[in-house]
Amino acid sequence: MCLAIPARIVALNGLEATVDLGGVRKTISIALVPEAQLEDYVIVHVGHAIGLVDPEEARLTLELFAELDASSASESKA
Amino acid sequence: MSKKYIRPLDIKHGRVDMNHGAGGRASAQLIEEIFLRAFDNEYLRQGNDGATLPLPIELLQGARLVMATDAHVVSPIFFPGGDLGCLAVHGTLNDVAMQGARPLYLSASFILEEGYPLIDLQRIANSMGAAAREAGVPIVTGDTKVVEQGKGDGVFISTTGIGVVAAGVHISGDQARAGDVVLVSGTLGEHGVAVLSSRESMEFETTIESDTAALHGLVADLLAALPAGSVHVLRDPTRGGLATTLNEITRQSGVGMLLDESRIPVLPQVEAACELLGLDPLYIANEGKMVVICAPEAEESALACLRAHPLGLAACRIGIVTVDEHHFVQMQTRMGGRRVVDWLSGEQLPRIC
Amino acid sequence: MKYIDEYRDGKLGQQIAARIAAEADPSRNYSFMEFCGGHTHAISRYGVADLLPKNVRMVHGPGCPVCVLPIGRIDQAIDLALNRGAIVTTYADTLRVPASDELSMMKAKARGADIRMVYSVNDALKIARDNPAREVVFFAIGFETTTPPTALALQTAQREKLQNFSVLCCHVLTPAAITHILESPEVKDWHTVPLDGFVGPAHVSILIGSRPYEGFAVQYSKPVVIAGFEPLDVLQAILMLVRQVNEGRAVVENEFTRAVTRDGNAAAIQVVAEVLEVRDSFEWRGLGEVPHSALKIRPEYAAWDAERKFDLHYTQVADHKQCECGAILRGVKRPTDCKLFGSVCTPESPMGSCMVSSEGACAAHYSYGRFRDIPVVSA
Repeated sequence: MCLAIPARIVALNGLEATVDLGGVRKTISIALVPEAQLEDYVIVHVGHAIGLVDPEEARLTLELFAELDASSASESKA
Repeated sequence: MSKKYIRPLDIKHGRVDMNHGAGGRASAQLIEEIFLRAFDNEYLRQGNDGATLPLPIELLQGARLVMATDAHVVSPIFFPGGDLGCLAVHGTLNDVAMQGARPLYLSASFILEEGYPLIDLQRIANSMGAAAREAGVPIVTGDTKVVEQGKGDGVFISTTGIGVVAAGVHISGDQARAGDVVLVSGTLGEHGVAVLSSRESMEFETTIESDTAALHGLVADLLAALPAGSVHVLRDPTRGGLATTLNEITRQSGVGMLLDESRIPVLPQVEAACELLGLDPLYIANEGKMVVICAPEAEESALACLRAHPLGLAACRIGIVTVDEHHFVQMQTRMGGRRVVDWLSGEQLPRIC
Repeated sequence: MKYIDEYRDGKLGQQIAARIAAEADPSRNYSFMEFCGGHTHAISRYGVADLLPKNVRMVHGPGCPVCVLPIGRIDQAIDLALNRGAIVTTYADTLRVPASDELSMMKAKARGADIRMVYSVNDALKIARDNPAREVVFFAIGFETTTPPTALALQTAQREKLQNFSVLCCHVLTPAAITHILESPEVKDWHTVPLDGFVGPAHVSILIGSRPYEGFAVQYSKPVVIAGFEPLDVLQAILMLVRQVNEGRAVVENEFTRAVTRDGNAAAIQVVAEVLEVRDSFEWRGLGEVPHSALKIRPEYAAWDAERKFDLHYTQVADHKQCECGAILRGVKRPTDCKLFGSVCTPESPMGSCMVSSEGACAAHYSYGRFRDIPVVSA
């Protein structure tokens, strides 16, 4: 539905910011996420930041994926 | 050059005007002071409308002629890593080389828009001349026309190339066989991304440069290094990218393909730019890369040879040719699932969804 | 790319898939609707369906704003450019959608309509500033993710008194569409479309939060798991749905916690509320008239409302008689059930919107999936 990607803020200029994704830079609006700071990751959609990425939650989610390997397989239903 | 003209062209501030296309003195001056100066070679110095060329000796030994033509209309004309001029030279040289042929001569015809700055035209011409010299292939004849302002996009260039392919070499899009390996000579998507990044409406910054390059040297090395008949198909994935090229080949050869997504080489910045715009690197133009489809026994030597050349450093195998009556190009995704790499019907457009 | 690559890890993906296979009860089927077209695209593009056990099936929902954009609205946009001389700016997604009179925005452009592709609504504002003598209309489509930028642009236009700029507002609302599906006879009464739960949209939820889905879970007893955009997110969400079904639970869970909160983006919600309001009804292609499912521009911004400015009237245009987009969008039929699929209707000559948008169920199946069951044989 909505193509949006996480990118890192590398410069701030009022309600605009420059974000970096894998070395590519783009100027976007942060009018919808005015609290964004330098080095924050924001989700970018059609030239606008629409939300912040929570690094702690990101880490927890990855841990959740990885944990599955460690847990026993005997939970399967008969 | 004889002093035929009262004063030299004002390259710095001058512009193309309708006189330059009329065929008279103004045309001659434009051609001399910009094109002949940039392309200079013995054939052009003959000063005729056509070039008289010696018969390549290989033809007496059963070689065949290869001819290819290409028109170039890229916008913007100047982009990171290149310009319309060198692109026009490389593009046609590559088309000839992809037949397994040694390019010999090029022609170039220009359609110029009234008002186009001479300084930019000179830049393009010099770039072409340099590309031709570096490739060792002279531009031996050409033509120039001027259209009214508004009827052209600055400059359109059409180039034609002639080459020779040795007897017994049969490299063609219909030669891929099930079991063959599919190689690429390097990373994908740079040209398209470089051009997009310099379009005003796109507004993203990247250090990606076009990979535009002449590949005939790489091709010659490859053919020399491998046993005769090992290389079945060569093609450069230009407009429409790798996906389009591979789909063309599967249909021409009546085969299928299975690619491995994790092996397809793409620079991180190209991947990132594609993410940003909602584009797929598989469909983005390349101008200095080629697909090599060869017998499986030749894979190791082919890769070693490619990687030994500056234009093939990142060469790798990306897939195999299969039996498939539907001629699909399939891909094993990094998730372990399978998908088809389809043949796009039109231009790939950035999307919001 | 950080926060992207890690969520595309093939090995982890296969582990999650193994867990789904282990926990899915072999004696029953599971049918989940991924509402969001972006999820449809991700599932196809990464071949996620290959990783699921046979009894877990994904049903494609109508969360593709291009797919649900009715022909009549595209006709309006084309009319503005072709007959009213306006510069019509649009996201690229709409350009190829077939409209009336064998036109599309792209074909209208070939006939001389000044239609320009933009990446962001701010590009449209710039075009308006650069062309004061021309009317510039922005064709605003998309769900809640795409709406706030349009609202911001209208505020900017008002602030700058940009007289030649206006918006043709076709923004649509996710919860209304989900309700419509849950209320449809196939789902509610006849159970011909078994739906055991929803994979909730990733980015829409960043804006609206997870709270709006709580009603569905309660009222219809269907679990909702909001999933991120990457293949691992989708797989994890499917696992969470399987678990809820197995445990007889029906609640809203959030897999995309790194970007979605319960309350959503307050600043964005506020700006949208200030500029736009809910329409009584709006036609969705394939779903018919859906109440309270779309937005229009508030009277305070009337001067920038293209519908008012150009006195536009909406005319409903029927789809091709045999086009099954409607049924497909509701999950009632599959692309291969449509008589036109693959023969008359292909990405090259799309009959309906499901084939035009790369995340439409038909386009996704045609492009990525129609090879299924054809064995790969090497020499």
